[in-house]
Amino acid sequence: MAAPKDDRRLALWLTAPALGAMLLVAGYPILHAVRLSLYRHRLTDPGARAFVGLENYAVVLADPLWWTDVGTTLLLVALTVPVELALGLALALVLHRAASGRRWVRAAVILPYGVVTVVSAFAWKHAFALDTGFVNGWLGLGELAWFARPGTALAAIALAEIWKTTPFVALLLLAGLSTVPEELQEAARIDGASAWQRLVSVTLPAMRTPIAVAVLFRALDAFRVFDSVFVLTGGAHRTESVSFLAYRQTIGRTALGLGSAVSVLLFLSVLLLAAALVKALRPELGAGPEAR
Amino acid sequence: MSRGRDAVGSAAALAAVAWSLLPVAWMVSLSLRPADDLHARTFWPGAWTLAHYRAVLGAPLFLHALRNSVGISLVATALSVALAAPAAWAVVRLDFPGRRLVLGAALAIAMFPVVSLVGPLFDLWRALGLYDTWPGLVLPYLCFTLPLSLWILAAFFREVPWELEEAARLEGATRGQIFRKVTVPLAAPGVFTAAILVFLAAWNDFVFGISLTSTDRARPVPAALAFFSGASQFQEPAGAISAAAVVVTLPVIALVLLFQRRIVAGLTAGAVKG
Repeated sequence: MAAPKDDRRLALWLTAPALGAMLLVAGYPILHAVRLSLYRHRLTDPGARAFVGLENYAVVLADPLWWTDVGTTLLLVALTVPVELALGLALALVLHRAASGRRWVRAAVILPYGVVTVVSAFAWKHAFALDTGFVNGWLGLGELAWFARPGTALAAIALAEIWKTTPFVALLLLAGLSTVPEELQEAARIDGASAWQRLVSVTLPAMRTPIAVAVLFRALDAFRVFDSVFVLTGGAHRTESVSFLAYRQTIGRTALGLGSAVSVLLFLSVLLLAAALVKALRPELGAGPEAR
Repeated sequence: MSRGRDAVGSAAALAAVAWSLLPVAWMVSLSLRPADDLHARTFWPGAWTLAHYRAVLGAPLFLHALRNSVGISLVATALSVALAAPAAWAVVRLDFPGRRLVLGAALAIAMFPVVSLVGPLFDLWRALGLYDTWPGLVLPYLCFTLPLSLWILAAFFREVPWELEEAARLEGATRGQIFRKVTVPLAAPGVFTAAILVFLAAWNDFVFGISLTSTDRARPVPAALAFFSGASQFQEPAGAISAAAVVVTLPVIALVLLFQRRIVAGLTAGAVKG
């Protein structure tokens, strides 16, 4: 073995470019956002730029819109993640066990990876829209205007998100299924347990870690939802997500000061959500055989 | 395996295939309809035409966006894999104090709300002259695909037997030679897998695409689609948007299906070992 000191210098050289890129493009700009957020600064009114301290934060947090958007975003997380888990688990089980049709299921699971989120959002938008869509005809819903009401508009967004992201959950859980010891299944089968009993009392308990990882990643991802909201509703009818609000302020209105305050609050919300999830899932995250 | 279970498996497979094909088939259906059939509100077209494809393939707006998307995604992919490979190897093979820092930074980037960055990047890029340029998008794509490259490559490097690298060292090879001549060729499937997945991630971006560009100099396809309003302002853009969407989607779906084993292996390896 080479001397550890040698290792250290080599490791520094090998990891510096990747670490540097991450710090430069994500680390520094977020600090810049903090600085921008302390100013009154709008590109359309450059003369009015002034240091205002935490005023922008006070404005955002006192505005009911911020809290409505936080509620909408959390609701979207609550609507999508459980469905994705259930569907993803079903797909993973078929991929892991099914004797026939496995190749087809794998193709079906992987296909959404080839479809850009914006494209699938457009497809769903036109599928639900009153003037082009087939969904009302198929479901016998008559002239239901999906995008004219908060509930149905949010449901359409949730469906588009579920279609696009369930494959990720399925593949994550498939990886988890391969770590469940086969002997346990066999023992349960000999004891006369039904397929459902084996799933609930053998497979799922052994899958706690992959399920927790899937919940963590998907919940954080769903909280950052942007593309589907932009395409399907443009944030109308109380479907605006926190990410969309940040975009609308910074880029749409070029209110860099106020928008940066929203951006920093979005960043802090994600940190808070991540901390809360890791805390809630800690026993599961640390329990699995592959946990490091 | 009982016959009953087989039937359940087949039914599930059929349902899964239908579900994932639904929006894609619907897009194809829309893209083939003449203007008066677009509002028939049926799944299958009543009549068909290639007019939307002719319009889209003759539109400079779309062609420039296609060139931008392919070019920017390829450059970002090459850089992402090139930067992540040495770092992933170091994380797997070397014992150094910064190991946790690299993995922690990657995890932080993977969970980062990218929209938080569009404001500051918009401001910085305008000051640096990177706004509405290829490098202005390559940099964020590179940064935000590094965690994916790192995890996948680390998972594959772990599979390369340590003994082979040791043997090469005993033969007198330097570390650089070992990495280039032993590790990378043996982990080539991993490098390729990482490249496919990183390309798909960059290709999928919308947030940076709409925020950091303003003209067709650098605007990528998803952003162009969102701003596409049809040949004239009185024409329903659903047909044209669908045709453009089909043009950019079918080749990528073909690619994904062709390399599906690799993609599944890459994603699951990253998941278990990450």
